[in-house]
Amino acid sequence: MSAAMIEIAGLAAGYDGRAVLRGVSLSVVAGEFTGILGPNGSGKTTLVRAVSGVLPPLSGSIRIGGDDIAALTPKARAGRCATVAQKTPALPGVHALSLVLMGRYPYVSLLGGYGRADVERARAAMDETRSLHLRDRAADTLSGGELQRVVMAKALAQDTELLLLDEAASNLDVARTVDLYELLRARNAAGTTILTVAHDLNLAALYCRRLVFLKNGSVAADGPTRDVFTAQTLSDIYETPLAVAPHPLTGAPQAHLVPRP
Amino acid sequence: MTGPRHTRAWLLLAAAVPLSVYAALFFGSYPLPAGAIHEALAAWLRGGPETQDLVIVRDIRLGRILLSFLTGSALAVSGGVFQGLLRNPLADPFTLGISSGAACGAALALGLGWTLPGPSALPLAALAGAFAAMGMVLGLSRLAGDFSRESLVLGGIVVSTFLGAAIALIKSLNEESVSAIVFWIMGSFQGRGFDHVGVMLPYLAFGGATVFLLARELDILALGTEQAAQVGVAVKRVRVALLVGAGMLTAAAVSVSGIIGFVGLVVPHLVRMLVGPDSRRLLLFSALGGGILLLWSDVLARTILAHGAELPVGVLTALFGGPFFCLIMARRRTA
Repeated sequence: MSAAMIEIAGLAAGYDGRAVLRGVSLSVVAGEFTGILGPNGSGKTTLVRAVSGVLPPLSGSIRIGGDDIAALTPKARAGRCATVAQKTPALPGVHALSLVLMGRYPYVSLLGGYGRADVERARAAMDETRSLHLRDRAADTLSGGELQRVVMAKALAQDTELLLLDEAASNLDVARTVDLYELLRARNAAGTTILTVAHDLNLAALYCRRLVFLKNGSVAADGPTRDVFTAQTLSDIYETPLAVAPHPLTGAPQAHLVPRP
Repeated sequence: MTGPRHTRAWLLLAAAVPLSVYAALFFGSYPLPAGAIHEALAAWLRGGPETQDLVIVRDIRLGRILLSFLTGSALAVSGGVFQGLLRNPLADPFTLGISSGAACGAALALGLGWTLPGPSALPLAALAGAFAAMGMVLGLSRLAGDFSRESLVLGGIVVSTFLGAAIALIKSLNEESVSAIVFWIMGSFQGRGFDHVGVMLPYLAFGGATVFLLARELDILALGTEQAAQVGVAVKRVRVALLVGAGMLTAAAVSVSGIIGFVGLVVPHLVRMLVGPDSRRLLLFSALGGGILLLWSDVLARTILAHGAELPVGVLTALFGGPFFCLIMARRRTA
């Protein structure tokens, strides 16, 4: 069954009543691996904030798993959708395992603490992101790549069917970036729906099966990667000439910058 | 996840509480030999006759010891919550102007000569002032910025300044009350005991229960409001509950003791350096550490001067706390 995991209808969202996104409608089916692309200021982060429920829509609706997220409690929302932010604030002295355990918050009651099962789940998530050996390290002593793996583990520990990422690779070097996307691919193969904002066009084209381009707050192109990742579309959206050629090993379309004449 | 090292430290501190309470009974302006103190305690437990020694040991000393311990606990815990919530290591229980509210309430009571049967008019007026100030700051912050950290701190400054002016006005209108107001503001447990414990206890219990129940949420709020919401914390509700809980602790403390500085700033700061940032552990250790610190500060305050004269304990904590805090800051820089 291919039920809609995310159903966005006529969404307007923004800040102080000023819309950044306008008339965005988008439907994501369970099991998809979708990349959100677009120039700076096109509304990618605003879309992530709206879907994660922390930015109430100005108009329109967002449904996750059939329910309007505005009607869900914060815990219920966090049980359906885990979000990996661009940056994690400095957390001096907080152990990596404690940070991952925060992902279990949707499942604990007011009086009960994190139980044995929560710790087990957190450790399993750390194992999955190959960060278990970091569990007793303080978060502020981790490198950017290590911290990203720990933060990913926190998101996985949330046990959601939907994973939302906002340029989660922005501070990582090449190898760590590929690590992260391989992890996402494995998660996706295990059934998790993934919606990720990407700043690297080629990386998105390499891993995502569907791409959504935002421009000036609206959807400018949306479809399977091979259909929308074309020289024409890219050049129009980014307003600079771009050439597209197949990846030498995988055949995925890859963009190349073209010097202006 | 409390490690064995922390468990041992916790047991030590927990054992130090009854020991401190017991040991502090031996200090006071009226000379009582150890034998007399033990006799009085035994008589109390047996339900013996009300001797003068028993009244001194129980009503004067024990009441005051408990009051100073509870006040120190309340200040340290609320300081820990404010530091976490405002993500500012220099926040303390007085950041939100709650102390100015209490001082203003007390000044009004002293200036207008309000009395109630028993000693409770003054602490009740201070409590009312503290809650009024907290309400004003929360209201301002809600209007100005949805309880954001900046709006809370700014609201605290505005309300403090305004109430400071109000206190000055009361002083200038009733010059006879000036010394009483000044003395109250300096912070002291002189002549206070079980009655005052009774006044503060409900707010202490409610505020304490609130912040300990929300310790896990306080940890998660360190991620920032947005990421905290994304793991399922009802951010606004939790922040307000923590503010009110910590505010009640401050109000409870200030209304019975006046303004005792540095305990709420130094203790949670020091505890965080020793046991780490885990809020539940931080608040527990702060409660015990702050209580013990203020208990012994008060013992010092009432014995350091000759002939039964007392130093206001607030003066003492500021005198020792100031340089001590400089030391912590210098060590942090070199560490």
